[in-house]
This record gives sequence, structure tokens and C-alpha cells, in this order.
Amino acid sequence: MAPGAERRLLLPGSIGWSRRAKDRLATVVIGSAFGLAMVPLISLLYEVAKRGIPGLSVEFFTESARGVINGGGAAHAIVGTLVITGVAALISVPIGIMAAIYLTEYGSGKLRRALTFFVDVMTGIPSIVAGLFAYALFEIFFGPGIRLGVMGSVALSVLMIPIVIRSAEEVLKIVPNHLREAAYALGTPKWRTITRIVLPTAFAGLVTGVMLATARIIGETAPLLVTTGVIDSMNSNPFDGRMQNLAVYAYNEYRSPGVMKQASYDRAWAAALTLIAIVMILNLAARLVYRRYKTEIR
Amino acid sequence: MAAEVDITTNAGQLLAAASGGRRRVGDRVFSNLATAAGVTILALLAGVAIFLFVKGLPAVTASASELPGGKSFIDYAAPLAFGTVLAAAFAALVAVPLAVAAALFITHVAPPRIALTLGYLVDLLAAIPSIVYGLWGIFVLGPATVPAMKWLEENLGFIPFFEGPASTTGRAMFVAGLVLAVMILPIVSAVAREVFAQTPRKLQEGAQALGATRWEMIRMTVLPFGKSSVISGAMLGLGRALGETMAVTIILSVSGVVTFNLISQANPSTIAANIALDFPESSGIAINLLIATGLVLFAITLVTNLAARAIISRQNIE
Repeated sequence: MAPGAERRLLLPGSIGWSRRAKDRLATVVIGSAFGLAMVPLISLLYEVAKRGIPGLSVEFFTESARGVINGGGAAHAIVGTLVITGVAALISVPIGIMAAIYLTEYGSGKLRRALTFFVDVMTGIPSIVAGLFAYALFEIFFGPGIRLGVMGSVALSVLMIPIVIRSAEEVLKIVPNHLREAAYALGTPKWRTITRIVLPTAFAGLVTGVMLATARIIGETAPLLVTTGVIDSMNSNPFDGRMQNLAVYAYNEYRSPGVMKQASYDRAWAAALTLIAIVMILNLAARLVYRRYKTEIR
Repeated sequence: MAAEVDITTNAGQLLAAASGGRRRVGDRVFSNLATAAGVTILALLAGVAIFLFVKGLPAVTASASELPGGKSFIDYAAPLAFGTVLAAAFAALVAVPLAVAAALFITHVAPPRIALTLGYLVDLLAAIPSIVYGLWGIFVLGPATVPAMKWLEENLGFIPFFEGPASTTGRAMFVAGLVLAVMILPIVSAVAREVFAQTPRKLQEGAQALGATRWEMIRMTVLPFGKSSVISGAMLGLGRALGETMAVTIILSVSGVVTFNLISQANPSTIAANIALDFPESSGIAINLLIATGLVLFAITLVTNLAARAIISRQNIE
């Protein structure tokens, strides 16, 4: 609605001053509440940039912290973040999209209703609980104290799957029915209709959803703290022992700084800045993909 | 709508069936795969509950002397549950009015041209990783809040919440709650925004035609229309705050007390923060104990979220 529309509709003389004052006051209160809500965002982005930049260096991106006291880089954490998140996406995307196909194309009756309901429940699982679940699951097979990169991926999948389902469901729902009907009328089997007509039509939306879901889990700390552990050296094999990642790296540099406290803090902020940059890039890229490749649906 | 889908689905299946058996195999495989994915998810969720239960049970049934700290499970978990609820409730109390006002600003006050951008800015708050909120809370917000907490102690010290002595480092429940509030603000605001934007035009224009000012229009149409959605959005935010880990882990200086005092240096911990702090160095029954508290947290957030969903679906039926 046009902002001035209602004001123009009213005759100026018809409102008492107290009503007008109340209207003014409400507008000011609402506006300043919005401004207040923006203060943390601005402060946070500013502080992360200011405190993160000193810690950024070539070393930060190329070296691990192995055998280095009070120094080293975060290359192992960056690699770990990519591997753990990548494996989580490999688990979550097929399951999530197939489940969304089930919900929009096949599902009926009790199973469908149960799935819709429990996906909602799953969105609310606290991230640390997802981590505990992954630990409890792997402990049964590998014994107590187990730490693996893939455990982190499983924990993150618990958080990622419901996000993928929700977004995929949204875009599959808006694929118009007449496309499906046209395919059926030509005698195309249902599964071919889905793989050749429905999924390609929804493709940009599906990719966007997956990217946003990845952005949501890539900064997770708590579930990885209890599953992938802490390590100083490079490990890119998710099935072989502890694996570092950026969020846990930042936490650790803050929590147990070495003798040179400030250098540690600098690295924590640099890791935070790197994480925010990754998340923002994923978010922007997701929006660009959608705008550039979305199918015009008429 | 649903009936329409059914008819076309059946027609498709009929046609497919009529045109030979091999296609039916493809159909069957694909539909089984889709169903299997759905069942996997249900199994996964059941797995979460079952594994936590199985691993947590030994700690629940153990006697106090077997557990670290010599406290029974209930005595161990109760202060943590208290801290969890206190931090989340304070966060929701701060976040909900702000989020509602921010949503109103975007849908009904700001020029429509920039409304989309403003909405995107609020959503940006949800994209920031929790570890970054934690660092910001301890290094920036905490120190900045110290004078405010001192003021609260001096002027409102008679209220139990602000009893003091005020923290001088900013590592207090007050700061942790504020950070949680910022984190859940985008969630509550997104729900509120959506419902405010859906307020029927008829009602809004009707109010204006009767001579209502903008605020009167908002108060008489938009707010009543959105009320139950806002309540459920608030509970979704509360659920998120209950399970939020890192910000609290980093900010609070924990001492296991049970107090409503928000600004002092001695704080109750929360379930999630306690797990994050203790899990890496724990072994044996201590692990079971932490998992059992995780199960309690799971139960608390589950109840909160289910209540939120129930409110939403009741609204939809009406």
C-alpha cells in the first residue's frame, strides 16, 4: 500500500490532536524499534570486519597449525569445513529432494501427514542434540570417545534435511499442474514426467534451496564440538579421526588462547570473518542462481 | 485442488499402465525410492529419540554416588533446565516486541519500494553463524552493557532480576539473553511479517474509510488478525533460544547457582552450554549424564515447538 494513501484519504480537520499525536507516536516507536533491531547487525558486521582483517594473511589460508605453538594458519579448518559440509550435503540433498518428491507427487494418507508433521518437529531439533545423536550412533559401532569427520556430517544432515525438504517442497508445489497433465496426456509414465518435466522446471529453485540450506549449516559449531573434535593438523579424510572446522577453530582460539592472547583472538576473528564471507557468498549466489536461471512459469 | 491432482495422477497411471509393463517397473522403482526417503527421515527422527534415550538412561537410573559431582540426575539437570528456560524467556521477552515492531515497520510504515530490502536486512541476522554472535557478545556487547547493568543495579536493584552485584566483565545472563534475543529476532519477525502482509485489504481499507489513523488501523485490523501467528512465531523463537548453544557457552560465566538475578557474575548454566563445555573432556558415565540432559532439552524444545504448531494450525482451520 502506498505510504501516504491513508493520510490523503482522511480530511485533515476531522482528526482530533490526541489521535493524531498517538498516530505520530506509534510511527516513531515502530520506526525506532526497527532501527534498534538494526544496531546489532551493523555493529556485528563492522566489528567482525575490523577485528577479522588483522588476522587474515596468506599463512591463514595455506598452513595448518600442526606443530606450531601460538601461530599457524587455518587451512586445515577451512578444508575440514568444506569436507564436513560437503559430505553432509551429499547425504541430505538426495534424501531431502526425494522426500519432497514423495510429499508433492506421491504421498497420501497417514504416511504423508506423519512426514509433514515430523519434518516440522525436525526443524526444531537443537543443533547440540543433533550432535549428541551422531555421537551416540557412532559410539555403538566404534566405541566411546570416537571422533570422525563423518560424524559431524551426520549431525549436520539432521539439521539440513528438513530445510532441504521444506524449500524443495515449496518449489515443486509451484510447478503448474498443466505441465504434468500434458505429459500424462502424451502417455509419459509418471516417473519420467517427474524427472524430465517437474524437476527441470523447478531446477533453479531446488539449487537455490540447497545453497541456502548449506549456508545455514556451514557455520554450525555445537554439533561439531561433540563429534569431530579438535585437531591442529590437516585431515581431509572424513573417515579417519578428528577433523577441524572453522567454527570450532574460532571457538578454540578464543577459549584456549596461547601465550600471545591477542594473536589467538585475531585468528578467532579472522575465522569468524571467513565464515561470514562464505555464508554471505552462498546467500548471494543462491539469489543470483534463482534470478538468472528460474523457469518462467505461465 | 487435491481432488484435481488425484484425477490427473490416476489418469497418468492408467495411461502408463495401458502402454506396457516395462514403464510400470520404472514407476514402481521411482515411487518406492521416494517413499523410502520419507521413511528414512521418520526412522532418523525416531533414531534421534531412541539413541538419546538408550545412552541417557544409565545416568538417569544411576544413584547419586555413581555420578560425577555426587548429585542425582534430577539435582544435576534441574538447575540447568532452569537456566535454559530463564535465558530463553528473557530473550523472547526482549525479542518479540522488537520483532513485531520491525515487521510492522516493514509491512505498513516503510515506503514499499525499500520494504523488500529492509526485510532482507532483518533476514541477514539469521544467516550469521552462532559462533560469531558469541564472539561479538563477549568482546563487544558485553563490555558495552556493563554501564547499563550498573545503572540497573543502582536504580532498579529492588527487583530480583537486577539485584546485582553487577558484572564488571559483561559475562552475565543479561548479555547472553540479549544476544539470544538478536538471534531469534529474525525468526519471530519473519512470521509476523508474513501474517501482517496477509491482513485482508478490505479490513484495512474499511478502517481507513471510517477515518482511522494509520495506528488505529494497525491496532484494529492488522494486530488482531496476526495475533495468533505472532504468538506461535514467538514460541518458535523461544524454541530456538532454548537450544542455542555457542553464544551462551562463550558469554556466561557459569557457577551452577539457581537465581533470577540477570546481571550478576554468578549465573546458572544452560543445558546446551553445559554440554558444549563439558562434553569434550568427559568420558564414561559423565557422557551418559550429558546425553540425558540433551534428551531433556530435546523434550523441552519439542513441547514448545508443538505448541507453536498447534496454534498455527488452529488459526488455519478458522
